[in-house]
Amino acid sequence: MSLTKSHRAAGLLAALLLLLAAVALSLALGARQLTLSDAWRGLVDESAAGYTVVHQMRLPRTLLGLLAGAALGLAGGLMQALTRNPLADPGLLGVNAGAAAAVVTAIGLLGITSLSGYVWFAFAGAALVSVLVWAVGGGRGATPVRLALAGTAVNAALYAYVTAVQLLDTASLDRMRFWTVGSLAAAQPSTVAAVAPFIAAGVLLTAVLARPLNVLMLGDDSARALGARPTRTRAWAVAAVTLLCGAATAACGPIIFVGLMVPHLVRPLTGPDLRWLLPYCAVLAPLALLGADVLGRTVARPGEVPGGVVTAVLGGAFFLAVVRRARLVAA
Amino acid sequence: MTVLRTSGGSSLRYRPRALAVGTACALVALAVGVLAIGSGDYPMGPADVLRTLAGAGSPADAFIVGEVRLPRVVTALVAGAALALSGAIFQSLVRNPLGSPDVLGLTQGAATGALTAIVVAGGGALAVAAGAATGSLVTGAAIYALARRGGLHGYRLILIGIGAAAILTGVNGYLLTRANITDATRAMLWLAGSLDGRGWGDVAPLLAAMAVTVPVVLLGCGRGLRTLELGDDAAHALGVRVERLRLVLLAAAVLLSAFAATACGPVAFVALTAPQLARRLTRSPGPNLLPSLAMGAALLVAADLAGQRLAPGHQLPVGVMTGLLGGVYLGWLLATQRRRGRI
Repeated sequence: MSLTKSHRAAGLLAALLLLLAAVALSLALGARQLTLSDAWRGLVDESAAGYTVVHQMRLPRTLLGLLAGAALGLAGGLMQALTRNPLADPGLLGVNAGAAAAVVTAIGLLGITSLSGYVWFAFAGAALVSVLVWAVGGGRGATPVRLALAGTAVNAALYAYVTAVQLLDTASLDRMRFWTVGSLAAAQPSTVAAVAPFIAAGVLLTAVLARPLNVLMLGDDSARALGARPTRTRAWAVAAVTLLCGAATAACGPIIFVGLMVPHLVRPLTGPDLRWLLPYCAVLAPLALLGADVLGRTVARPGEVPGGVVTAVLGGAFFLAVVRRARLVAA
Repeated sequence: MTVLRTSGGSSLRYRPRALAVGTACALVALAVGVLAIGSGDYPMGPADVLRTLAGAGSPADAFIVGEVRLPRVVTALVAGAALALSGAIFQSLVRNPLGSPDVLGLTQGAATGALTAIVVAGGGALAVAAGAATGSLVTGAAIYALARRGGLHGYRLILIGIGAAAILTGVNGYLLTRANITDATRAMLWLAGSLDGRGWGDVAPLLAAMAVTVPVVLLGCGRGLRTLELGDDAAHALGVRVERLRLVLLAAAVLLSAFAATACGPVAFVALTAPQLARRLTRSPGPNLLPSLAMGAALLVAADLAGQRLAPGHQLPVGVMTGLLGGVYLGWLLATQRRRGRI
């Protein structure tokens, strides 16, 4: 049962507060523990002991978590609406892996090492795979299962390719094996600055698309009768997904299941209306990613588990629960 | 369909075309195997190879063939056959051309086991093989346990397998980041799937597993599997014990892919492509188990030979070659979907 409008707004506010708490934790916790007040002082006071830690490491990491999380959550929500498929997730359907394969190509074969250089490859890879998976999965006739299968097969092929590139070049293996699991750990202020405009553009585009996509969910014929243009809307939505996934993947590697999990958890609260669902995703997905990152930092101290691994394991367990319970498999 | 009857009242049904395709694939596999034995830094003609295999070669030839090259070729043939049979069973069980151990998490499970052996335990080749088999079997059992509630539904099996594959990929990535660079390189080589330096000891467990599972699958379950493709209800009405048959077939497919992984690592896409190729050639419905098996053997041995020959000075692991094969397969799938107007 979805909530009334004022309840939804209150829920969104509560989600924002939770996100704020996660940001505070993300600034404070890690190999060197800070108390919350130390973290705050490190943030605002240049002479404080924690200034370097907070500004050089934790702040870029937290900002990247916010940006990438919002991007992946929105991309997941968009893809689920676009394909009318509850199992759509940019990680599961291989879009992130496509971006990753393109980036690995750029790093390993073309020698491009700057993020601003290979982010374009990430966009190209993400766009290509979105179209490829859709096509292999059977286009309009795609059922949830077919689409998930096609995505996994494309994922496997890309994984084999990435492995091959890494095998041919040991030096790039050493750099890339940390990137290919998906992690926020390598975040630098320049990383955040480089991807922020792309993600901002993607978020804006998504905001504009919420209403037309709502209409599209009635089916193409009804949507057309109501004055919508299905093909154009879909093309823009794919562009938004590409921007969001490509930028997030270029910055922190392929991360799976955030885009699947969050819209699923949000939908019981908001109902199918994208004008509510997407804002919730944009707030709760960063919460999930930052939470995973903080968890990864704390469970294996002084080392850390990459956030991408935490989301894969926890999100995977969630996926299994959804699949076991839901009747969506009777496709 | 042709039926062979004996005077004793027993009968054997077979499809001539399927039989011909199976035989042709097996012959191709053997011929490529002979070529592969003959190629390398110490080249030998096919006639020499055959003579040596028959036991009439010079001692030097006998050593090189018997100890170095034959084990590798036999591993390729047997592992290819095992993977293809496993893939044919999976594709028939889940009724989808993309069902295979690569997609359903078994390959990833094998990789998790092997990586644990390399990174955490620092073990040798034997430990890696044992880890791979254990990982794959445990994954298979877990997928079955999770998917069986309310009857083993094909779609639920696929989705649970996909979820497991995604989780295990994450875990594998984590294990890789924990390794030092030497272990990581070794792990990557294993992950790509390689037949380099295989001896008789590596292929023995796989041969034992094949000896048990292949007769059970081909003789005991082949007809049942074909009936099962009509749908659960129809198969049940025709007297097939659906749940038990599925369990046996699933166990056999998991065993085959697990032991194939111990012999050559997680070689990608042979299990996915071989049954489809065989099916196109035989033009017959049903699981096409025997032609698939022969096709898999031919594919893997040919991929290994190509990997050794294609890039002079480089030995590309066989898994890289089959990965390319997978890319071509997906492209082809794309093209046929397009022709059917599904896109």
